[in-house]
Amino acid sequence: MALPARWKDKIVPSDPSDEIMELQMGPSHPTTHGTIKLNLKLDGERIVDCDVEVGFLHRGFEKMCEQGTWTQCFPYTDRLNYASPCINNVGFALAVERLLGIDTTERCKYVRLIMSEVSRITDHMTCLGAGAMEMGAQTVLFYMMEAREFLYDLIEAVTGARVTVTWCRVGGVTHDLPADFTDRIKSSFARLDQVLADCDKLLSRNRIFIDRMAGIGKLSKQEAISYGLSGPLLRAAGVSYDVRKAHPYLVYDRMEFEVPTGDRGDNYDRFNVRFQEMYQSKRIIEQALATLPEGPVMITDPGVVLPEKQKVYNSIEGLMNHFKLIMEGIHVPAGEVYQAVEAANGELGFYIVSDGSGRPYRVRVRPPCFLGMGALNKMLIGHMIPDIITTFDMINMVGGECDR
Amino acid sequence: MLIEKLKARFGGEILDAQNARDEETFTIDRERAYDFFRALRDEPDFDFNFLTDVTAVDWPERKPRFEVVYQLNSLTRGHRIRVKIGVDGADPWVHSVVGLWGAADWLERECFDMFGIVFKGHPDLRRILMYDSFEGHPLRKDYHYNKRQPIVPEIDPVVNPIRSSR
Repeated sequence: MALPARWKDKIVPSDPSDEIMELQMGPSHPTTHGTIKLNLKLDGERIVDCDVEVGFLHRGFEKMCEQGTWTQCFPYTDRLNYASPCINNVGFALAVERLLGIDTTERCKYVRLIMSEVSRITDHMTCLGAGAMEMGAQTVLFYMMEAREFLYDLIEAVTGARVTVTWCRVGGVTHDLPADFTDRIKSSFARLDQVLADCDKLLSRNRIFIDRMAGIGKLSKQEAISYGLSGPLLRAAGVSYDVRKAHPYLVYDRMEFEVPTGDRGDNYDRFNVRFQEMYQSKRIIEQALATLPEGPVMITDPGVVLPEKQKVYNSIEGLMNHFKLIMEGIHVPAGEVYQAVEAANGELGFYIVSDGSGRPYRVRVRPPCFLGMGALNKMLIGHMIPDIITTFDMINMVGGECDR
Repeated sequence: MLIEKLKARFGGEILDAQNARDEETFTIDRERAYDFFRALRDEPDFDFNFLTDVTAVDWPERKPRFEVVYQLNSLTRGHRIRVKIGVDGADPWVHSVVGLWGAADWLERECFDMFGIVFKGHPDLRRILMYDSFEGHPLRKDYHYNKRQPIVPEIDPVVNPIRSSR
């Protein structure tokens, strides 16, 4: 095509096919829920290279934990993966309890397990709902958000808060399950079954959905292991590793459940693994409720647990006990411990070091989605720009946990 | 069990071995760390194919000052160990294990960012959570938790109230 004479010096025609374009996607992009930046190198619409930048939500979690007492870390752990805060609470409590060498009550273990599994369902709902929405399946988001909301109602009935629960303590939990909890679970699960069935129909065999998901973001078994992926990402690649089975904590060894795995390691498998896990979580909750023992949900060790308010206000011993625990904190013996729990995104590990004072010397979180983001580059190269969205969604990066 | 096996297999590499709270911790020699890790990964007796975590702990009054802590896991054999390397505060470096586990890439970058430990042989060692112009390493004990380094100048709305132009 001939150019107008006045443009001749201004436009230098070049072959667009061998030009590498650089594109900065984010840090605020409508399809990346969570603040990340992708520095892309593109050949047309194909991704040649991709540099992932994280850290926009860094609040210094590990540093702040060193400033307060052990108990004061619990509110911070809520804000790691805020789609499933109960699991983070439980993980941190278990780590400190192991360092102290104490064990919680039998009922407390069951209650923690039930709430962890409810949280796992809400987390998967958030991930799959948002993921489907970003592919255009708005209906699924609304269905799943509704389901998540009535599960949040359950969490609220137990902990008093929807998201920032701060519900575990060293030695137990603050609130027992309410009396009508089993009935509430039954009615919620009846509605949940309906939502899951609807979403399954809407997505699992949907041609558009499968075309967008299958074969995208593939990682082989060896790559997934090497990159330290865990949870649904690792299981989608065919490795049946679940902390609940491999290193059981709480009472998971008494529960019967399966670990869903995929075989291709692509986004569709990741979706499927998450979807199946919700059914397994339901199964675990039903079993736990059927065998739920009676008893307290908190131990009574005065060196660990706050005394009852009645004692604090009416006796000098109670008051002193309370004052010492609040001002000095729990005296955790010097040492270190690594405690992993299976969070919704994978192995959530707490490596804690105590120097024997009442304050944590070092609190390290092993964030599962941070490792997932580390492998994003590998998953994306060779794919197209729209595939970023599906792959990113199936990693389920949660800013609070990834950037801490 | 692992302690005996590892002690039998290795000699001078292991400086200290402990078993506390059912967790086995080995402190190893910095110079020979890479070969030690490669043996842990590749030898079928150990088969530590999964690098769970890399982090550090700062002990300013101790010598050596830093402990670089690796958590290893074997998905096939189901055992875990923790490996530590003592690192001097004046010249904090260890060998990178990116060649052995891909996960080490980001984990080592974070450890460098937070503690300033240099991982020799890392292909792309730069900050990951903090921004490039950030000064210091925030998880060191001598970095005050209240120190601020804003990129955009912070304005205190009480001292300098925002007034409308009218």
